Amino acid sequence: MALKIVKGSIDRMFDKNLQDLVRGIRNHKEDEAKYISTCIDEIKQELKQDNIAVKANAVCKLTYLQMLGYDVSWAAFNIVEVMSSSKFTYKRIGYLAASQCFHESTDVIMLTTNQIRKDLSSPNQYDTGVALTGLSCFVTPDLARDLANDIMTLMSHTKPYIRKKAVLIMYKVFLKYPESLRPAFPRLKEKLEDPDPGVQSAAVNVICELARRNPKNYLSLAPLFFKLMTSSTNNWVLIKIIKLFGALTPLEPRLGKKLIEPLTNLIHSTSAMSLLYECVNTVIAVLISLSSGMPNHSASIQLCVQKLRILIEDSDQNLKYLGLLAMSKILKTHPKSVQSHKDLILQCLDDKDESIRLRALDLLYGMVSKKNLMEIVKKLMLHVDKAEGTTYRDELLTKIIDICSQSNYQYITNFEWYISILVELTRLEGTRHGHLIASQMLDVAIRVKAIRAFAVAQMATLLDNAHLLTGNTQRNGICEVLYAAAWICGEFSEHLEEPMATLEAMLRPKVATLPGHIQAVYVQNAAKLFATVLRGQEGAPADSTVAQETSQLLIDRLPLFVQSSNLEVQERASCILQLVKYIQKLQQKDVEVAEEVTALFAGELNPVAPKAQKKVPVPEGLDLDVWINEPPSGSESEDEGRKSKGKAVFAKDESRHTKPRYTEVDEKELAKRREVRKAEQANNPFYIKASPSSQKVYQDGVGVEHIPVVQIDLSVPLKVPGMPMSDQYVKLEEERRERNKADKKKKKDKKKREKGEKGRRRRGDSGPESEEDITPAHMVDIVTEEMPENALPSDDDDKDPNDPHKALNIDLDKPLADSEKKLPVRSHRPDEVLKSPMEDRQVVEVVPEPKKKTGKEKKEKKDRKKSKEKKKKHKQEEEEDLMGAGSEEPVQPEETKEVAAPPPASTPEASDLDFWLSNAPVPSNPQAAAAPASTPRTASGMAAVAPDSEPEEAKDTEPEETKSSTHKKKKQKKEKKKKKHHHNHSDGAGDESVQNGTVEEEEPLPPMSNYALLAENSYIKMVCDIQGNLQDGSQVVVSVIFENKCDSFIKSMEFNVLDSLNSKLQRPDGAGPHDGLIVPFQLPPGISNEARFIFSVQNIVMPQKLKGTLTFIVKTDDSSTHEKLDFKLHFTCTSYLITTPCYSDAYSKLLESGDLKGCSLKLEGVNQPFHHLLARICFHHHFSVVERIDSCASMYSRSIQGHHMCLLVKTADQTVSIDAKCDEPGLLGNVLDEIKLTFSQC
Amino acid sequence: MIKAILIFNNHGKPRLSKFYEHYSEDTEQQIIRETFHLVSKRDENVCNFLEGGMLIGGSENKLIYRHYATLYFVFCVDSSESELGILGLIQVFVETLDKCFENVCELDLIFHVDKVHNILAEMVMGGMVLETNMNEIITQVDAQNKMEKSEAGIAGAPARAVSAVKNMNLPEMPRNINIGDISIKVPNLPSFK
Repeated sequence: MALKIVKGSIDRMFDKNLQDLVRGIRNHKEDEAKYISTCIDEIKQELKQDNIAVKANAVCKLTYLQMLGYDVSWAAFNIVEVMSSSKFTYKRIGYLAASQCFHESTDVIMLTTNQIRKDLSSPNQYDTGVALTGLSCFVTPDLARDLANDIMTLMSHTKPYIRKKAVLIMYKVFLKYPESLRPAFPRLKEKLEDPDPGVQSAAVNVICELARRNPKNYLSLAPLFFKLMTSSTNNWVLIKIIKLFGALTPLEPRLGKKLIEPLTNLIHSTSAMSLLYECVNTVIAVLISLSSGMPNHSASIQLCVQKLRILIEDSDQNLKYLGLLAMSKILKTHPKSVQSHKDLILQCLDDKDESIRLRALDLLYGMVSKKNLMEIVKKLMLHVDKAEGTTYRDELLTKIIDICSQSNYQYITNFEWYISILVELTRLEGTRHGHLIASQMLDVAIRVKAIRAFAVAQMATLLDNAHLLTGNTQRNGICEVLYAAAWICGEFSEHLEEPMATLEAMLRPKVATLPGHIQAVYVQNAAKLFATVLRGQEGAPADSTVAQETSQLLIDRLPLFVQSSNLEVQERASCILQLVKYIQKLQQKDVEVAEEVTALFAGELNPVAPKAQKKVPVPEGLDLDVWINEPPSGSESEDEGRKSKGKAVFAKDESRHTKPRYTEVDEKELAKRREVRKAEQANNPFYIKASPSSQKVYQDGVGVEHIPVVQIDLSVPLKVPGMPMSDQYVKLEEERRERNKADKKKKKDKKKREKGEKGRRRRGDSGPESEEDITPAHMVDIVTEEMPENALPSDDDDKDPNDPHKALNIDLDKPLADSEKKLPVRSHRPDEVLKSPMEDRQVVEVVPEPKKKTGKEKKEKKDRKKSKEKKKKHKQEEEEDLMGAGSEEPVQPEETKEVAAPPPASTPEASDLDFWLSNAPVPSNPQAAAAPASTPRTASGMAAVAPDSEPEEAKDTEPEETKSSTHKKKKQKKEKKKKKHHHNHSDGAGDESVQNGTVEEEEPLPPMSNYALLAENSYIKMVCDIQGNLQDGSQVVVSVIFENKCDSFIKSMEFNVLDSLNSKLQRPDGAGPHDGLIVPFQLPPGISNEARFIFSVQNIVMPQKLKGTLTFIVKTDDSSTHEKLDFKLHFTCTSYLITTPCYSDAYSKLLESGDLKGCSLKLEGVNQPFHHLLARICFHHHFSVVERIDSCASMYSRSIQGHHMCLLVKTADQTVSIDAKCDEPGLLGNVLDEIKLTFSQC
Repeated sequence: MIKAILIFNNHGKPRLSKFYEHYSEDTEQQIIRETFHLVSKRDENVCNFLEGGMLIGGSENKLIYRHYATLYFVFCVDSSESELGILGLIQVFVETLDKCFENVCELDLIFHVDKVHNILAEMVMGGMVLETNMNEIITQVDAQNKMEKSEAGIAGAPARAVSAVKNMNLPEMPRNINIGDISIKVPNLPSFK
């Protein structure tokens, strides 16, 4: 056999392996492609062989070729074959290949499901690991759905190596199969506290990734993360958590307040730059989320800015970069703190590193003021000239425009200067942003009336020199500015000094080489200019031949456009051509036409906000989806055709001026649009501001020599030789300001008036005080963009509907519906239903587990209790739980333990986020908060394990015990108290009935509580609940809620009980038998909190009373007094019973066995519905209903020491008879007595 | 999330490419070329972060890279990753390679790209950081290699012999294209546990 293997491998040892392939490729540098194609042929041959080793070798080579860019998808099936090899060596090769080249549309993926499942459950951890790694790369929705359960099981694998991989891959599963998120989340959350740091880090990773996309669903985890943050030492984890908090704080400012101090401490203490940087980042996020007016946070801002300055000044470019990045975040809310570092940032602008320059540019955006805008822009313009590489130059260009146009041109004092800057920018060669400049020109010209004359003059110059911009090509997007120039000249032609010259310039044959949409604007505006020219000529009654010459010019030039291949141009040109011909005829008859021609273009323009259209509210009663007329029945397609035709016609007319979405209007929308337009009193298509997005960037064409504008001989600003014209404005501006300053002293009151005139925009002006002194050079009226009345305030058009994370926006706090409790179980899996009580025991241990684990689920129970269609659901749930338990129980023994004795650090009160957050004061330092968390409390020594929820120290990130959430509510604000009280009591009932499964809710149950008053005085009230410990047959857990009733502070509470022979209070190791237990919290006025104490009992047959004392200190402002309160703890026999479900066949076997002794009880005059009665027994006495038939029910319970107890309850005419059987008659008798007592009380 | 991990040499030849999102082979090559183009024109002493890769994810993503002698290690990450953390991770990766290949050089990566993938798989899984502790990574990699060896057993011997012979025929297999000084330290790296 061995020989055969050796022989086989000798056969193939001359096959090419990966190394040979690589070597071969390196030796065939000249004809690499040819060599590889022969290799691929060889590989194809190898793949045809049966030997898996040969195949694996071939696949290994394919993986390499894939990296070089060769498509290897044809070998997908062979890859699957290699994946399914039983040898790890080959399997790994197969999975690697699959992870490199499989994707969602690889069809053989569906063949892998079972193979992967097999590998996942392989006894060899590395098989599992390799499968998980591979799967993480190519998981599809189908795979995710089919394997989610298997992976979830792996999350509780015994090997941390598997656990961490399983946890991590869950994120991918969630993405592909969002339905799995809710069922899997509780377990994922558990993994945050996994003992293995790797697993913990993986869980943090996944939750952070989830929370980043949908932060609000993860707010409730904040306390848990807070605790991790204060306790973890793993920087990687810390960074993730701190980043996560950065995402959470905007949603919950109170969280921010809580974070500031520990983060500040970390900033001071950590030596790791990465951690420091993330802390600073999150502090910034916190500060942004808080209202900025809080004075005590200025220290934090200062700290951040100061730390960032250190980073920026560091010689390490990385730190410099990050420092600038973070600085830009501060800038948004606290510009002043950043502005003081302007020197540093301007310095960074000269850095040799482009990344750093770009970051510095970002910062500049927020640093400008009226005072320094010109200076900064001047500096940027210098950079534009120097910049190599179009990306950086384009970036500079957009930044200049951003900086100038920000907040509605707030910082521009001189618009002539700005127009000059824009004109200068048109000199940029090869920029992609021509349309940006164009839209700025349009915007300024339309909205700043005072600037129009100047703008028109500049634009006319541009038009005249259009050839300089475009040369003989359309290579760059810069010719877009001609679009703006032509339109401005046409629309505001009354400001033109020489309209005739401009008209001539617009009709040059060269224009025909421009992109179509620009030509169209040329043609249209030529007509406007023509109107202006006519009017000018007729006003000065020279001879009419001049006017006719003008017409002739148009008639000569327009045919060029009529021949245009662009429909738009053609249509307009022919239209105008005919019009001009007609005008010419009239002119020849000496008819005055100017007025009528001008009327064609009459009307004032108002700028409309880009989003105005979208914000028009839908009038009430208007349903746009409803047919106006009955839809034509038969000829659907014809109708479509007709409609789209209409659409097309419309689109031709309007597409250039309106946003693309308008092209898809139907008649109704059209009508609506018309209305809107009417309201805007304009019929000119240019009415709507040209939007950059609707304009294409034209790239066709070739390069052109670049001619600087300086050579242009015209127009004042351009004339200054050797000096860019905008510089002139800088100088002028300085002089002007000097003058103004002098003036100002005299006419302070005049200034006020001026400001009033400045228009609406200026009112909101919030620049620094010194800036108030700078008056704009022109009286500018910046017209605000029009919005429809009642514009809808918000629009969420920014969201990408295709974002896969959208599907993960799932409310995780909402209770799991029963149907979601488990991931869909594959139908071919045998349903493992457990039948005997012995097996039940195992089941029971699991059933309550998820309920008690998380605060979230506790909540869920409450909510479920409220729902009315219960019965079926409960049954179903129970079954599902059982099924789940059957398959999952074996791998999670630790969790079972936690049911009875949750480790102290297990469940912080996530559900009570409000409470956690409302405890305003922040821990004095992270250690303080961390300390209690790390106090060792083992399960056996947890005599005094209790949540520390002292508001003063915010220790409430602390463990909460199983049921405490119900009582937590109490601790909340007083005004809510009453309601909550009711709520939490009935909650308990809900819990029970859920487990019992068969309680019908014909009528709502009255609220029930197991908490009985223990003792009370004027200071404090104690209520308690006593429960058997499921895990340990000799333990009873007493949960005591302490409520502070007075107005003073209660502290140093000590709980002590006089032990009896049978029952002993469990005290920590080393404590004497008479020592009291310190209650681990203090109580401010009106607050209540719960502590739990564990008692060991030996004999459970008899009820028992224990005497105890609570001592405490009442602290008022001026004094403190020692007080004490005596109480009697009553251990009823009921408290030794544990709700245990039982199946009817197991139940009947139990009764048949004959081991049980009987006893019976009759209750007279019970006046309540049967289901209430059952619910009471279930709730107060820890029974579960096995079966119910009409007015007869069998019930079951078990004691902590394993005694079975069976009840048969019948009711007739207000008489209830209970037949009971138990293997311990003494216990049974006592329990029956207690049941009797319960009903006599109600 | 890490979107992609690329290793290429000073001439832009890919030595390892791992994409955590699917792209066609052609796009992958374009991305590699573009990334190389962006990264290679940068000076040695500029920062290790770079925006502007158009192909992967666009503006939300960042390239974080380190240059070791002949090789560029580039991680393309989104905003959820800490920049300095990833720099540290690259360092851990290279140091791990150095341990696993005993003084790693570019040739190791050229001829054993599969092994590099296996090491990487222990650090990053599906785009998320799995392990940052070098010892843990090496332990797992070694355990798997051991398993591989035991599986090869007797049958593996001749193949290894042949491979040795093949290598003997290659005098031009120098080990001098060293990855260089991998002890470049990022200042104040997080202490990875």
